[in-house]
Amino acid sequence: MTIDWNAFTPLLALAGGLLIGVAAAMFVLFNGRIAGISGVLGGLLRPVKGDIAWRVAFLGGLVLAPVLFVMFGGRTGRIDAGFGALVLAGLLVGVGTRYAAGCTSGHGVCGLSRLSPRSLVATLSFMGAGFATVFIVRHLLGA
Amino acid sequence: MGILTSLLAGLVFGLGLLISGMASPAKVLGFLDIAGQWDPSLALVMVGAIAVGLVAFTLARRRAVSLLGFEMKLPTARHIDRRLIIGSLLFGIGWGVAGLCPGPALVALGTGQPKSVVFLAAMLAGMGIFELLERARLTRQRA
Repeated sequence: MTIDWNAFTPLLALAGGLLIGVAAAMFVLFNGRIAGISGVLGGLLRPVKGDIAWRVAFLGGLVLAPVLFVMFGGRTGRIDAGFGALVLAGLLVGVGTRYAAGCTSGHGVCGLSRLSPRSLVATLSFMGAGFATVFIVRHLLGA
Repeated sequence: MGILTSLLAGLVFGLGLLISGMASPAKVLGFLDIAGQWDPSLALVMVGAIAVGLVAFTLARRRAVSLLGFEMKLPTARHIDRRLIIGSLLFGIGWGVAGLCPGPALVALGTGQPKSVVFLAAMLAGMGIFELLERARLTRQRA
């Protein structure tokens, strides 16, 4: 393992992380909800009356964020993966996060903040699978 | 009011992802590539988010209703089962393939990248497959 000191952005990472924490804090303290994006989105596929608007508003905020960010001169990242990889990845992320009842935000941020053993197992599992997948794709298949 | 705080929480969450660089798949993949040139930024994002989250969820746990009077919907599941682990592994594989998880994918939609639509459509299809399998399972259980 060699650390890529050119890519590593510790201060921005920490600052962005604090903001994500603030967002999760706002959501649970004002709305009483977990800021878990797969759960908020997945709930729309099982629509319940009176349980839709707050979900759409939260997801809308996420979609609007880059518009504001770019307005203040921020630079956004680009998706490099090809069509087939995106379809495969999307399907796996969709099915996986719903079976696991959470993703990076719900388990990784909120769950670990709640000191939930379940979320710790989930986070170690998806990170481990992510490490293994990138290792296979980049170093064994050489893509 | 709940709609407004939802929108704001989503917006702040999205800005956190953008500022930390986590909306960029290349940066996420740089973290998952531990055998190559490793970018530890994602770990610091988690540290920042959890530092705030720990305080927020400690406060949240002491409340019966949220500051706006909503029921506190904190997770009650505690069991660590196959669904949690296999779901998380599948999610992690998909995460490693494209470097996208649900939050950053929605942020990417706001940047107007057509590729984000491909990923999101596949992700919703994956979530839809979960819904169908779940409904079939519940029907079998009742029968």
